[in-house]
Amino acid sequence: MSFVRLSTLLRDGPKEGPISALPYAQTLGLRYIKTDAGITIHMPFSDALIGAPKRLHGGTIAGLLEIASIAQVIHALGDDAAATTLKPVNVTVDYLRGGASEDSYAAAIITRIGRRIANIRAEAWQADRTRLIACAHMNVMIARRDAASAG
Amino acid sequence: MSNFAQSISDGFLNFAPHVNALGLKFVAMGDDWAELALPYAAHLVAYPADNETDGIIASGAIFSLMDTVGGMAVIAKQRRLLHQATLDLRLDYLRPAEPGKTVTGHADVVKITRSVAFVSGFAHDGNPEHPLARMAATYMFTKGARA
Repeated sequence: MSFVRLSTLLRDGPKEGPISALPYAQTLGLRYIKTDAGITIHMPFSDALIGAPKRLHGGTIAGLLEIASIAQVIHALGDDAAATTLKPVNVTVDYLRGGASEDSYAAAIITRIGRRIANIRAEAWQADRTRLIACAHMNVMIARRDAASAG
Repeated sequence: MSNFAQSISDGFLNFAPHVNALGLKFVAMGDDWAELALPYAAHLVAYPADNETDGIIASGAIFSLMDTVGGMAVIAKQRRLLHQATLDLRLDYLRPAEPGKTVTGHADVVKITRSVAFVSGFAHDGNPEHPLARMAATYMFTKGARA
């Protein structure tokens, strides 16, 4: 469960592009954008994301928020990212508005990153950055490769 | 399958494009519960294995499964399709899903009020006694409901 390819992409890749390293991210059509604050994830609208008529499936928004959270942790770990394994512990998503049939974005803020746990908050929005469609709180376990066997 | 379950399976599942994109399958439905299956597929992997082949299904895909099955459990309890929206959903990832195995999502309605349904659920990959995720969610009725 390493993110070597993703961390290489986020560190050395162009300023923006598709997240080719993760099949599930490709299924959602996710793209990354490097910003001053870290990584923003862009989910262009497509029909395959629809749940109820003309609305994004809640699960696609959760997936977007999770990938934004993971990407931001990888960004924060920097050169250490290649030597770590990330495991999601839990995620809570609050749905604030229905997701319309349009492009969505998500970005995460790391509340705290320790040796073993990263505590992350993520926000998702569409055309208007100030009108959130959902937000999430996620805990991710960080296992350093050298210490992985020690748990 | 009862007529009601059949109509839900047809209406709720087959006409939701993302449900099809994930490959969710109807399993069963009771008076206040529902069950769906998420067959393993390479395009659902998010946590790549070191060998880059047998990756672990994305937690986000399991989130979609649980969000969908929770909504279905609410419909099972209501015995009709109401306009409803997920208010919040928490998922604890107890352990990774085993590569190659179908993940089953089960959801029970704990309590329903005029405007909110409380749902709990779990996901397993073969043995319900050995769940891989635990879910707690609330759904809101968005039309025709009073606080």
